[in-house]
Amino acid sequence: MSILIDEKTRVLVQGITGRDGSFHARGMRDYGTQVVGGVTPGKGGTQVDGIPVYNTVAGCVKETGADASVIYVRAPFAPDAILEAAHAGINLVVAISEGVPALEMARVMQEVTALGTRVIGPNSPGLISPGKCKIGIMPGSIHMPGKIGVVSRSGTLTYEMVWQLTTHDLGQSTAIGIGGDPIIGTRFLDVLRLFKDDPDTDGVVLLGEIGGSAEEEAAAYISQEMHKPAVAFIAGRTAPPGKRMGHAGAIISRGQGTADEKIRALEKAGIPVARIPSEVGPLMQEALCSSGLR
Amino acid sequence: MNIHEYQAKEIFGHYGIRVHAGKVVRTAGEAGDAAQALGGRMVIKAQVHAGGRGKAGGIKLADTWEEAREKADGILGLTIKGIPVRKVFVTPAAEIGHEYYLGAILDREARLPMMMVSREGGIDIEEVAAKTPEKIHKLHFDPYHGLRSFQARELAHTIEPDGRKALAIAGVLVKLSQAFLGVHATLAEINPLVELQAGGFLALDAKINLDDSAVAMRSDLEALRDPDMRDDKQDKAREFGLSFIPLEGNIGCVVNGAGLAMATMDLVKHFGGDPANFLDIGGSSSPEKVVTALEIITADPRVQAILFNIFGGITRCDHVAEGIVTALRETKIDLPIVVRLTGTNAERGRKILEESGAAIFAATMEEAVQEAIRQAGLNDKGKRT
Repeated sequence: MSILIDEKTRVLVQGITGRDGSFHARGMRDYGTQVVGGVTPGKGGTQVDGIPVYNTVAGCVKETGADASVIYVRAPFAPDAILEAAHAGINLVVAISEGVPALEMARVMQEVTALGTRVIGPNSPGLISPGKCKIGIMPGSIHMPGKIGVVSRSGTLTYEMVWQLTTHDLGQSTAIGIGGDPIIGTRFLDVLRLFKDDPDTDGVVLLGEIGGSAEEEAAAYISQEMHKPAVAFIAGRTAPPGKRMGHAGAIISRGQGTADEKIRALEKAGIPVARIPSEVGPLMQEALCSSGLR
Repeated sequence: MNIHEYQAKEIFGHYGIRVHAGKVVRTAGEAGDAAQALGGRMVIKAQVHAGGRGKAGGIKLADTWEEAREKADGILGLTIKGIPVRKVFVTPAAEIGHEYYLGAILDREARLPMMMVSREGGIDIEEVAAKTPEKIHKLHFDPYHGLRSFQARELAHTIEPDGRKALAIAGVLVKLSQAFLGVHATLAEINPLVELQAGGFLALDAKINLDDSAVAMRSDLEALRDPDMRDDKQDKAREFGLSFIPLEGNIGCVVNGAGLAMATMDLVKHFGGDPANFLDIGGSSSPEKVVTALEIITADPRVQAILFNIFGGITRCDHVAEGIVTALRETKIDLPIVVRLTGTNAERGRKILEESGAAIFAATMEEAVQEAIRQAGLNDKGKRT
C-alpha cells in the first residue's frame, strides 16, 4: 500500500499547455501515472500528446472522472487554480507553483478546508508512490518500491535522500515534498498521521529545514503517537539568522526556528538525526532492526 | 523584503494610524533644515535595515536645529551591523506616557494572521516574550476582513484597564490588521504605541516586513525597495531567477534547490571548510543561469574553489555542464571546479565537461565537498608561496 496516491489515482494537469505542464504531464504518464486530462482555460478541445485538454476543471472531471489534480500554472494564477479544483470536487490538489504569497495561501486554505479538499504545496515537488503513481516533478528512476515513508520540506534534497535510501536497499512506500513555503496545505503532522495508519509503511524519514516549528511538533507526535521507527535530517545548520535561504519558509527570525533547536527536539524525542546525508540509510536500517522490522 | 521605518509610518498613516510627521534626509545640512522647519525637540533616527538601532547609537535626541544637524552628522557616519547609514529620519520628539506593543504576523501553524499585544512594549519586548510569555496576548484574525472590532476590543482590554483608552487602542489594532493585509506584510509592528501626554495614541516606531512573493507581483510594493540597500550581486541573481546570499568563506557553492543548497553548506562546514555563499540555481535551469552564477561567484576574490552539487530533476545536468563550459570560454576562471552531477542527463553533462577538461568530478555529494575543500586549500597555499 501507500498513502494518498496509487495505481488507481486519476490525475488531471492544470496548466497542461505550458512549458512545465506539458513536459511533466509526459513525464508522469511515462512513469505509469494515469494522466486522464488537462486544463488550460481557452484551449479546451485541443490535445497535448494525446491527453485531452479542457477549459475548466469541472468539465474535465465530468468527462474523465479525475480525482487528483496537479498545478503547474504561474504563481499569480495558482490560488485560483487550487480553488477551481477544490470546487470541482477534486480530493487531492498538488500545487507545484512557486512564489505564491503566503497571505493568499492562508485565504485559499480557509476555503479549501471547508470543502474538504487536501492540498499539497505550494512550492512542492509533488509526491510519488514508487511503481504506482507519480504526481510532480521528481525523477522517477531514483525511487524504488518499498516500506519507507519520506516526508520533506525540500525538493532536490528529497531526491538526494531518496537516492540514499534506494542505494541502501530501502524502498519507499510514498515520498512527499510538502513544499518550502510558510503556509502550506499539508504539514508534517498531517503526513505522519497518514503514515501511521498505512500498514505498508514500516519507517519514516523526515527531512526538515530551518524556520517555523513544524519539526518540533512532528517530533512530539512521532514519539507519543506514531510508534514507528523514524530518522530525521535538518538542513540549514550553518544558515545565518535573518536571511531567507531560498525557500520563503526557511528563515531564522528572532532566534526561532534554528536547526539546533529542531535537532534537540527530535533527539529528545528519541529520533536519530543524521548529521550528513549518507547517515540516513544506515540510521534507518538500524532503527528498523531495533524495532524488529528487519 | 524589509522596508524602512519612515516607509512603514507612511503606510500606517495611510491606514489612519497616527504617526508623527517627519522628513527623510541624506545630509546633516538637510537634517538641520528639516529640524528648523518642523520646530521644537527632534529625534534623529538612522534608516537602515537592521535591528537595535538605538543601542548602536543610531537614534539621538536634539533640542535645537543646530544640535539636530550635529547629531545627524554623527549618525550618517555610522555603520550599523555592517550597513552604512545613508539616510536619517528627522521627526518631532513626543512627551510620552505608557508604551505598548502591537504586532501582526502570519501564524504558520494555524495558517492565519495573528495579532499580538503586550502592555510591556518598548525595546525589551523580545525579553518579555522570552521570559514572561503570559504578558503577550494573541488572537488570530480573518485573512480577508482583518481583526473585527469586537476582537480588537477584547485584545485591547487585556493590556489596558481604562475603558476609554482601551477603545482607542482597539481602533489602532483594527487599522494595523488592515495595513498588514493591505500590503501583504509578513510582519507589521508598532513598538511602542504610546499614549501622548496631550491625549491620544501614537505609533512611535514602526516596522513592516513584506512578503517577497507579493512584492514580485505588485509594482507599488516593489517601489518601496531602497536602492541604497541594494546589492548588485543579489539583484543580478534575482533577475536570472537565482537565489544568492553571500557568506564569509572561500568555497563558492552552486546547487539546485534551496534545501540541497543548505545541506551542501552544512556539509562544507561539517568537513571543516567554509562556504562563500548560498546559491540556488532553482529548477528548469538554462546554461545562461549557470554562466551568471559563475560570474557572481568569481567576482568574490576570497573564493578559492568552486563546488557544483547538482541533483537533476527539472534541472538538466547537460544544461549545467554547458553553462560551465560557456562561462569558461567567455571569461578566464582560474579556480578549480569540482562537480557532482546526478539525475537527469547526468551522463551527457559529464561527457560535455570531460571533453572540455574543465572540471574535477566527484561521484557523491560528500566526495565533492571534501575535494572542493582540498582544492581550496591547495589553491590558497599555491597563491601564497
